[in-house]
Amino acid sequence: MSDAHAAQGGLSEFRMPSLGADMEAGTVVRWLVQPGDRVRRGDIVAIVDTDKADVEVEIFQSGTVSEILVVPGERVPVGTPLARVTVEVAEAPIAPSPAPSSVPAPVSPTKAAPAIAPPATAPSAAAPSRSRRARPSPTAATTPAPAAAPSARRRVSPLARTRAAELGVDLEALSHTIRDRPIGVADVEAAVGAGVAASEAGARARAAPAPAPAPAPAPTAAPTAAPAPTSGLPSLREPTAPTERQAKLRQAIAALMERSKREVPHYYLAQDVDCSRMLAWIEERNVARPVTERLLPAALMLRAVALAVRETPDLNGFWIDGALRRSDAVHLGVAISLRGGGLLAPAIHDADRLDVSDLMAALKDLVTRARTGNLRASEMADPTITVTNLGDQGVDSVFPVIYPPQVAIVGFGRIAERPWAEHGMVGVRSVVTTTLAADHRATDGHLGARFLNALARQLQDPQEW
Amino acid sequence: MNDQALEALVRRVLSRVAPELDVEGLEPDVDLREQADLDSMDFLNLVSGLHDATGIEIPERDYPAVATIAGCAAYLAARQSG
Repeated sequence: MSDAHAAQGGLSEFRMPSLGADMEAGTVVRWLVQPGDRVRRGDIVAIVDTDKADVEVEIFQSGTVSEILVVPGERVPVGTPLARVTVEVAEAPIAPSPAPSSVPAPVSPTKAAPAIAPPATAPSAAAPSRSRRARPSPTAATTPAPAAAPSARRRVSPLARTRAAELGVDLEALSHTIRDRPIGVADVEAAVGAGVAASEAGARARAAPAPAPAPAPAPTAAPTAAPAPTSGLPSLREPTAPTERQAKLRQAIAALMERSKREVPHYYLAQDVDCSRMLAWIEERNVARPVTERLLPAALMLRAVALAVRETPDLNGFWIDGALRRSDAVHLGVAISLRGGGLLAPAIHDADRLDVSDLMAALKDLVTRARTGNLRASEMADPTITVTNLGDQGVDSVFPVIYPPQVAIVGFGRIAERPWAEHGMVGVRSVVTTTLAADHRATDGHLGARFLNALARQLQDPQEW
Repeated sequence: MNDQALEALVRRVLSRVAPELDVEGLEPDVDLREQADLDSMDFLNLVSGLHDATGIEIPERDYPAVATIAGCAAYLAARQSG
């Protein structure tokens, strides 16, 4: 996109993002902007049907929409220009300047690096996903800076330029990492590899033995029965008929899980953890709070995973091109089953930096939006490790399937009272079985065991709640 | 509100919590988690929605009493003032 924008003086193309390795095309369901509208980096500009879900897609450049190129309903390949944006600010300088020697390709394990997240991408190889997250930088839109200066100096081979256009690679972003030589075709293709592979992280399809698809309530009743939503809960969009949507989602899950089981040598570990104290803590806390602030055990479990994985960072990242790429940020994928069947595993960003209350709020929000079809592209694309909780379904333990290219997934079964021996005594405790499925190419059981130990510690240590 | 109106209210709140549900088809006396496949987040949203609609707080220790639609209605009936 920035290729065009650089070459044509401030014109940028907003392209169909890749939100999963198995996503080849998408359909713009609806535009939220029209020509003449000003957009800011991080604004949601379109709803895109990725087959798995309708996703809110953010734009990563600030400017003015000059032209809409694809009309709603048209299915186009990933990388296809969807709109043109006149960029008013050179965002390049804003991005944290990376060590010039950093990894060539935007390692960004996040989504469609090339497609959606141009400027932020390359420079932030170290902490990829964060910079591009939908956090409109206030500085971005404000002052038109003496723009495109950097891009003007970019050296790109003509062939690479063509290839980049074909693949939807952002040359602008690439030029931040490759500064000492002209960008070649190989660089462009490498960038795609990283970006595309990474994107499947978000891969929607989630892994775990899918929770038995909800006994789909007769859809026929909906039209007549559905009372007008009177509260603020988001309403359902109605672009794709539910059954068609479910069928596509099923296909997408099938493709990703097939790939996972074909390519990823899983190993599995399990550990029982006494979480009586945690439950008592939650209960006590909830008594004193209004219902809107009540916690669920799931929130503490997510926090425990986020903190534990920081101790074993090799489980937090991606297996791309035969190598482990750790992520500095912890974006926790949360497997959310949809009532009509199927599931999605969008991310809670920077989960390790949120306290339990914030995590609870984030989880509530994410579950609601996943089930009403209001997820954002960044959430779909960049989980670094996923958590699946089948406790509510009453199973004791879950041995989940990894979402490639992530390298680990953590499972929680139900919390149940069980006999528990400790210090020579047997008592009754509330126990949960935690499980880990991890990619044996990236880590070994020894490290996985360390993770589960750290997780158990987090779940039992009030200091951490 | 009488029991019937309260049941209708519960169904209305449920339909917001889980828009895909055929709320009118739910049995009043069968556990909601089971028949509607509600998870703990849904249940929390239900309790929260009932509070919004009636002003009545349902503490966690009373959750067993509100496991069914009829249970919810009876619980609310017993606590509504006037």
